[in-house]
Amino acid sequence: MEFFRIRRDIPFMRHALVFNVISALTFLVAVFFLATRGLHLSIEFTGGTLIEAAYAQPADIAKVRRSVEAMQVGEVQVQTFGNTRNVLIRLPVRGDGKHGDMVDRVFGELCKGETGTISRKQVKTDKGELVEKPVCEANGVEPVTLQRSEFVGPQVGRELAEDGAKALAFVVIGIMIYLAFRFEWKFSVAAIVANLHDVIIILGFFAFFQWEFSLSVLAAVLAVLGYSVNESVVIFDRIREAFRRYRKMNTHEVIDHAITSTMSRTIITHGSTQMMVLSMLIFGGPTLHYFAVALTIGILFGIYSSVFVAAAIAMWLGVKREDLMKSGPSKDVDPNDPNAGAVV
Amino acid sequence: MNRYPWWKYTILGIALLVGLIFTLPNFFGEAPAVQVSSGKATLKLDSATTQRVERVLKEAGLKPDFVQFEGNSIKARFADGDEQLKAKDALTKALNPDLNDPSYIVALNLLSRSPHWLTAVRALPMYLGLDLRGGVHFLMQVDMKAALTKKTEAMVGDIRSLLRDKNLRHAGISRDGNNIDVRFRDRETLNAAATLLAEQLADLQWTQAQDGTDFKLTGALKPEAARAVQDAALKQNITTLHNRVNELGVAEPVIQQQGTDRVVIQLPGVQDTAKAKDIIGRTANLEFRLADMSAEARAAVEGTGPVPFGRERFTIGRGAPVVTHKEAVATGEMLTNAQPRPDQNSQPAVSVSLDAKGGRLMREMTRNNVGNYMAAILFEKGKGEVLTVARIQGEFGNDFQITGMGTTEAANDLSLLLRAGSLAAPMEIIEERTIGPSLGADNIAKGFNSVIYGFTAIAVFMCVYYMLFGVFSTAALAFNLLLLVAVLSMLQATLTLPGIAAIALTLGMAIDANVLINERVREELRAGAPPQAAINTGYERAFATILDSNVTTLIAGIALFAFGSGPIKGFAVVHCLGILTSMFSAIVFSRGLVNLWYGRQKKLKSVSIGEVWKPKADLPANT
Repeated sequence: MEFFRIRRDIPFMRHALVFNVISALTFLVAVFFLATRGLHLSIEFTGGTLIEAAYAQPADIAKVRRSVEAMQVGEVQVQTFGNTRNVLIRLPVRGDGKHGDMVDRVFGELCKGETGTISRKQVKTDKGELVEKPVCEANGVEPVTLQRSEFVGPQVGRELAEDGAKALAFVVIGIMIYLAFRFEWKFSVAAIVANLHDVIIILGFFAFFQWEFSLSVLAAVLAVLGYSVNESVVIFDRIREAFRRYRKMNTHEVIDHAITSTMSRTIITHGSTQMMVLSMLIFGGPTLHYFAVALTIGILFGIYSSVFVAAAIAMWLGVKREDLMKSGPSKDVDPNDPNAGAVV
Repeated sequence: MNRYPWWKYTILGIALLVGLIFTLPNFFGEAPAVQVSSGKATLKLDSATTQRVERVLKEAGLKPDFVQFEGNSIKARFADGDEQLKAKDALTKALNPDLNDPSYIVALNLLSRSPHWLTAVRALPMYLGLDLRGGVHFLMQVDMKAALTKKTEAMVGDIRSLLRDKNLRHAGISRDGNNIDVRFRDRETLNAAATLLAEQLADLQWTQAQDGTDFKLTGALKPEAARAVQDAALKQNITTLHNRVNELGVAEPVIQQQGTDRVVIQLPGVQDTAKAKDIIGRTANLEFRLADMSAEARAAVEGTGPVPFGRERFTIGRGAPVVTHKEAVATGEMLTNAQPRPDQNSQPAVSVSLDAKGGRLMREMTRNNVGNYMAAILFEKGKGEVLTVARIQGEFGNDFQITGMGTTEAANDLSLLLRAGSLAAPMEIIEERTIGPSLGADNIAKGFNSVIYGFTAIAVFMCVYYMLFGVFSTAALAFNLLLLVAVLSMLQATLTLPGIAAIALTLGMAIDANVLINERVREELRAGAPPQAAINTGYERAFATILDSNVTTLIAGIALFAFGSGPIKGFAVVHCLGILTSMFSAIVFSRGLVNLWYGRQKKLKSVSIGEVWKPKADLPANT
């Protein structure tokens, strides 16, 4: 079975301009959305309170939202989480409100909404201490229970955001240095520019659709960056090999050859990785959902940017055979001369 | 050409075996258990306690799988949850007669069901994170009032010594809440003192008043100073907790300030709540106090007389009963270090270091009290336990030694307890949350399913597209997974839900190496190379590319590890390890398989790598 029956090198670089223009346009669109809509950051970055309540019956989201909004505690987000009975409520950071208070008050409102009453039950912990816990009861059953609650302070969120930015900077610089070392600075620049474009596109998607941007999504973005650069490296490697092998080809043709011959590998690898990510999308549950989405976008756009854009930029930066053949003193020797390198 | 030397196969075989052994514990599941640990700083568990536990359980008619004394707790494993609960009740009743002052902590726990021979080689199941196993979350409230009181009392001492140094006689210094009242007999002394104190103790706001015939100087802590005290107290507590939780060996514990007076602690993977509470709940305050050896004090010790005014009596601990002054000479927050170190005669002793302030106070006290005794008291939940009572043999300041420990163990214990007390303000657990195992189990199932289904899809495709080479590639992928799980189990790295996602991602990326190799071999065959040469060239050429591409992914992984926290760090660890194992398995293992299969056939005609499509080209397509 062979999917890629390609007879000759496809002249990709003829269309280098078109590729780069499309890439620049999508980049600008993404930046536009990022600037206007902004990212929908999770409470890990902004701080705030998160409450997961489990209802005995499928929850009425509108009712829940109304009761929490009536409390006037700021912009509230209410949604189902996982199944129809679990509700996730997000509250913004308050300057003064104590976390414990907030959760109790919200839980109180939810309970009232189910015509239940809150009673504080005393529970004995194993240390022999008596701890009070609020329990909502209506006619002997518990219509709603508090599954978990989380509170993240604003400072913590700020620190996490800073760390994320530092991680991104580290990756960019690290990759640039490595590529400059293994290939040449022009390749290094080309790879990073093309792949950062990837990252911005993913962020643009998240801004446009207002998907929740959490720490795991950030991790996915960084992983995608590393993975994308993979692609570019494979192409560059082929370019280097082609420069060495096919002395008669010019840069343009060499790049075409490199892309064409690695086409099968690129598509198959991306397809395989995508199969795994698809599995995550289907089976991974709500927690991993946006992580998998970020990866999918990254993988798809990655093919485009790493293969076409990176090589095109490298070409525009004026990459030549000599850049990759650091053969020292024989630099000014004509490679077609049979007596090249002869020393008397 | 395509032959691996025997030692390479040996390495592969060993890697396979090690992989299997260390992955195995993950499949055994867990059994409910009960854990007993000490509830008091000075109470230690030993084999006698173990026997007592065994007796209690036997009397209750319960049959544990085993009762074991491990580390500093006693664990007993049971067959099911009911027995576990019954055991807990029985033990609590028997060991803690007074529930308001428990000596032992009895907690529920989960222990791995691995057979003994696996645990003996340190083959343990993977350490699961908060979101997979559940975990413990504490919210601790710092008693700020006590911190301020302590600070004020310390200032009282400072004022006393300052006035004495300058020879300004006062008529009494007293503490009123967080204010300090200093009385003087005449106005000149008051003024002189006011200037001096305002200069030396800038944290206090001084006001003058006249009270009858005396002149009163009242000092109140300035609001910024009070806030600074609170901040410092909280930060120091957090640092101490950090160190203490680190000693627990929990990967990525979270210890953070919440609000102005709370600390949140998250311990992922800890089912050992008894131990966690023991370490954390046992936050205590240390005080060095001068012991009173006068006649009335001794009478109080024996119980024949009342405790004299300004003194306090302690009955629990090593060196008790003893009567000490109420005022502390130095407190835990002044302690910089306490280490067990042999003295000049190579006897076990504890070497103590105080900060500058503590040193000054200690020097003053010891200068006037050579020959008297000093006690180190550890306060837990308001109750004091004596750690040691030692004779002051000479004047000392910052550094001194407590000798006569007897055994190195006693010296170790004392230094640990001294350090345990270096908290600026007492803390109490006000919220305890244990994230349920059912939520955790759900997440595990989801992660596991993603990996398995994805793996199957890739495997099917590879085998169909690349035939036998596809089979080899799949085998290499499976080997990769095995090694990854084994390494994670070996390192006891914390696995989180993003970590499982990283496993899935790693497998998806790892297949890249094999695809590169297979495509290269196909290309060589297409160009007309003989099969053996094609295999060789394919692997060789692909190697440099695989190396480069994996290094770049590794850079991303390292960045995430360095700057990530919590679950993301878990992701990064798995990602980085996965890259390393995938390089090993894709290159070495798959080559080993190929060599094993094809290597010996000298006149190899064809290899099963799927269709090698040759273009019917008369045009020089690929020159």
